[in-house]
Amino acid sequence: MHQADTIAAIATSMNSSGIGIIRISGSDSISIVDSIYKGKKSLLEYESHTINYGHIIDDNGDIVDEVMVVIMKAPRSFTTEDTVEIDCHGGLLVMKKILSLVIKHGARCADPGEFSKRAFLNGRIDLSQAESIMDLISSNSEIAMKNSLKQLSGALQDKINNIRDGILYETAYIESALDDPEHYDLTGYGDLLLEKLNIWILEIEKLISSFSSGQVMKEGINTLILGKPNAGKSSLLNALARRDRAIVTDIAGTTRDTLEEQIIIKGVSLNIIDTAGIRNTDDVVEKIGVDKALNKIEEANLILYVVDSSIHLDENDYAIIDKIKEKKVVILLNKSDLDNKVSETDILEHIDATIVSFSSKSLEGLDRLEDTITSMFFEGSINSNNEIYITNQRQLECLKSAYDSFNNVIESINNCMPEDFLSIDLMDSYISLGRITGQTIEDDLANKIFSEFCMGK
Amino acid sequence: MAFVEETYDIVVIGAGHAGCEAALAAARLGLETIIFTVSMDSVAMMPCNPNIGGSSKGHLVREIDALGGQMGINIDKTFIQSKMLNASKGPAVHSLRAQADKVAYSQLMKKTLQDTKHLTMRQAEVTELIVEDKKICGVKTLSGATYHCKAVIICTGTYLKARCLYGDVIEHTGPNGLKAANHLSDSLLSNDIRLLRFKTGTPARIDSKSIDYSKMEIQLGDDPVVPFSFSTNPKDVQINQVPCYLTYTNEKTHEIIRANLDRSPMYSGVIEGTGPRYCPSIEDKVVRFSDKNRHQLFVEPEGLNTNEMYIGGMSSSLPEDVQYEMYRTVPGLENCKIVRNAYAIEYDCIPATQLKLSLEFKNIDGLFAAGQFNGSSGYEEAAAQGLVAGINAALKLLNKKPMILDRSLSYIGVLIDDLVTKETFEPYRMMTSRSEYRLLLRQDNADLRLSKIGYEVGLLPESRYQHVIEKEQQILEEIERVKAVNIGAREEVQVLLEQYSSVPLSNGVKMVDLIRRPELDYDKLAPIDKDRPVLSDEVREQVNINLKYEGYIIRQEKQVKEFKRLESKKIPSDINYNNVNSLRLEARQKLDKLRPDNIGQASRISGVSPADISVLIIYLESYKRGNISHET
Repeated sequence: MHQADTIAAIATSMNSSGIGIIRISGSDSISIVDSIYKGKKSLLEYESHTINYGHIIDDNGDIVDEVMVVIMKAPRSFTTEDTVEIDCHGGLLVMKKILSLVIKHGARCADPGEFSKRAFLNGRIDLSQAESIMDLISSNSEIAMKNSLKQLSGALQDKINNIRDGILYETAYIESALDDPEHYDLTGYGDLLLEKLNIWILEIEKLISSFSSGQVMKEGINTLILGKPNAGKSSLLNALARRDRAIVTDIAGTTRDTLEEQIIIKGVSLNIIDTAGIRNTDDVVEKIGVDKALNKIEEANLILYVVDSSIHLDENDYAIIDKIKEKKVVILLNKSDLDNKVSETDILEHIDATIVSFSSKSLEGLDRLEDTITSMFFEGSINSNNEIYITNQRQLECLKSAYDSFNNVIESINNCMPEDFLSIDLMDSYISLGRITGQTIEDDLANKIFSEFCMGK
Repeated sequence: MAFVEETYDIVVIGAGHAGCEAALAAARLGLETIIFTVSMDSVAMMPCNPNIGGSSKGHLVREIDALGGQMGINIDKTFIQSKMLNASKGPAVHSLRAQADKVAYSQLMKKTLQDTKHLTMRQAEVTELIVEDKKICGVKTLSGATYHCKAVIICTGTYLKARCLYGDVIEHTGPNGLKAANHLSDSLLSNDIRLLRFKTGTPARIDSKSIDYSKMEIQLGDDPVVPFSFSTNPKDVQINQVPCYLTYTNEKTHEIIRANLDRSPMYSGVIEGTGPRYCPSIEDKVVRFSDKNRHQLFVEPEGLNTNEMYIGGMSSSLPEDVQYEMYRTVPGLENCKIVRNAYAIEYDCIPATQLKLSLEFKNIDGLFAAGQFNGSSGYEEAAAQGLVAGINAALKLLNKKPMILDRSLSYIGVLIDDLVTKETFEPYRMMTSRSEYRLLLRQDNADLRLSKIGYEVGLLPESRYQHVIEKEQQILEEIERVKAVNIGAREEVQVLLEQYSSVPLSNGVKMVDLIRRPELDYDKLAPIDKDRPVLSDEVREQVNINLKYEGYIIRQEKQVKEFKRLESKKIPSDINYNNVNSLRLEARQKLDKLRPDNIGQASRISGVSPADISVLIIYLESYKRGNISHET
């Protein structure tokens, strides 16, 4: 839909922390990257299909990473547009920072499947693949939308929706007055609107800074701690958190019944979800908690199953094991000082998983657990939901564009522009904010005018 | 018994505002056309408000005029008061509104039709469509007469199975007691055309000599008056205007209404049709906006040769005795005499999603529809559609491509695109906010936007088109000249600036920068612009607007480019959406039902997401390259 503009994305899988590629495609791609690149000479001076050594620098002139920049000029690229690939090796955080810079300098986050879409529409990809590209776009868009909503807490959504309601009301007021000027008067309206705008701008600024600082992000490996009641789940969580002095944040605005914390182990970020102990229960309240825990299994990238070795495996264990068979699982055999009634072989009979012996008292086995998790991640056997990061970038773009629209309205008011000019930018901000929560505009404005304002003959 | 049988190229059913424009356009393009009306005395009748134009509707009239339609020319000759609304706002929302002498307008339009070559008028009720193999081939009238033709344009307005209601009185008539058309609906249904039932209403007409105007505020027209038609000489519209009056309802009025709500057919459930929210009856206003302690009323003359006054703002379907009681609570109406009761009217119409952008039915070749029958409301909306349907029926018979005006080009385009793309749940009314590109679609530049199309279609006379070309040239040259003019901080400049309380210059500036100051404009700077050529009012107006609002205009022009890109991606009419597996089910169903003409239109269908559009674009590309087979 936007073939004219320049798009960017992290092109490599974000599973490993090693080398990554950021791909930028579109007519401004070379100049955008040039604006954050420092090498022997400007990227604009290089030929097509050259690999150029240099550094990516941020807006303060500080070096972000040492990179190789590949330039492919139209039409000799995958998309047939001017394309730049930045090979960096500073790990995930650096890749994200570079992507942010590229976006700040004029590119936008690629839509799901957009590189392939452009390649196809520009005749680069064979017809036989059309079907799979369509599937890619539609399934990835669905995931992106789900992520977008999943990530926003109810409180954040409310905040955005409140601002949108306010914008719609004010626009509807202006439009009613323009439509029925003998009925509604706009004298002095600009000042009233300025007050509202200042409030909205403050709110948006807060949202932007919380998005930018990652407070609303939940990226990392979704890690679910499961086990029967009193198997030692919470001790495990506390141990992981305390031991690593990791960044432990309450994720902003999450209001879930399960406890979530973000922990970073040796550079690998985990979203730990502690759950209610699972057992077959008739207690209604407890059952809700158990159901929630079971529902979380699907979303989890990694499951830490805590088994109390002092009690024999029972039907509850077998039921859980049955549910997590298909997932990546690490089983923690929580040793007690008492007799150990469960052995590794007892477990391996039922599930193929890595088993780590562990003592929640002495913290023995914690090192091995951490090594196990990080090596699984770097080997690529567990995924991280870094898609969230991309979603976050898109949402940030929308917030910034709403912010710009508000400032345009203020400028128009200060320039004494007639009110009909104000509603143009107001509606732009309304649309931008709607994108965050996946809402389209349909006939919102007309409906608002008709429902809130009395018009007509 | 021998039946009358005649043959025409085009049959127009209904001689309201849609039918008249449709018939005139078809006949002027050389097609033998017959127009049917239930009453030769009610051609182009205004059964409700006595005015033409108003916010965004004025834009429509200007566009009709630029394409070679009639409404603007005729209202310029029959108006009795005129105002430019929103004159203090931006140019995009300036809107002309004229009070009409209803009878004069109706008579003039009838005469215009009668004097038009290739056009026949006939008083008769069309009862049946003759359709063979999904192709229209004629109509039958109540008497059994058959009229063969190649195209039919349905413009039945509010007449299909119409019934008028107030209190417990139900009259099975069209507006003003005219004969309803009770048969055609069945014929439509039997041709698989889906129908809706809509409702609207009108206030009472009151005898002028029973009104005490001293208790009302007088409302005068503009001086000077601006004509609607680009072809009207402004000198010809500087007439003696008649006043309108403003008054208000009050708590007493509202009490009476509230006490009698159960006697309104709207509230007792007798009325089935959906009414427009933007044009509520007074009882609706009192219920829905209960926090308001008064509503304004406009008392407007219905013409020069009648004493009837239209009470704008107070339409109702309450019983006669309640009407008397409530109108008489209004200051100035204490002793009023009602000439005609207020009433609600219900009628059959269609979901216009059954139509193509050309206003031809998707499933019946040669059958077109326009006006209130398509679920719109308003004389201007009707006339605009009538003109488009008339032109397209004629073009079809002339084997030419239909005239499709898109959203970036005209309000008419917005109107038709909305009607045929979005599901309508109430009568559709035009508003400037419905146009995404309203800074470009101004009433002042309708001629610049549309004359070329009107001329190429064959409706707009050569002389008018030539005038527009010259005007355009002068505008471009003057804009270019002004952009190069620098203004120094000279004494006379500072004096002029001071005169308009504008900040004095410390350095030289471009003249354009001064024009953009809110307190200044192009004309005000004339004394310090030595080389300025003598230009007409209309050229100076365009130069001023284009320079003053250039930033915004450029922004919207950019958006239009993107819009055009999607709009130009046509969707083959034989596309089978069931083959596009990656479309979400909802999108697939909606697309299949509405069968949009192009990707842009598809993107405006509710329930179709941006990802669906991406999928569709790729599918179309594959289709074009011939990979995806046509079979299911």
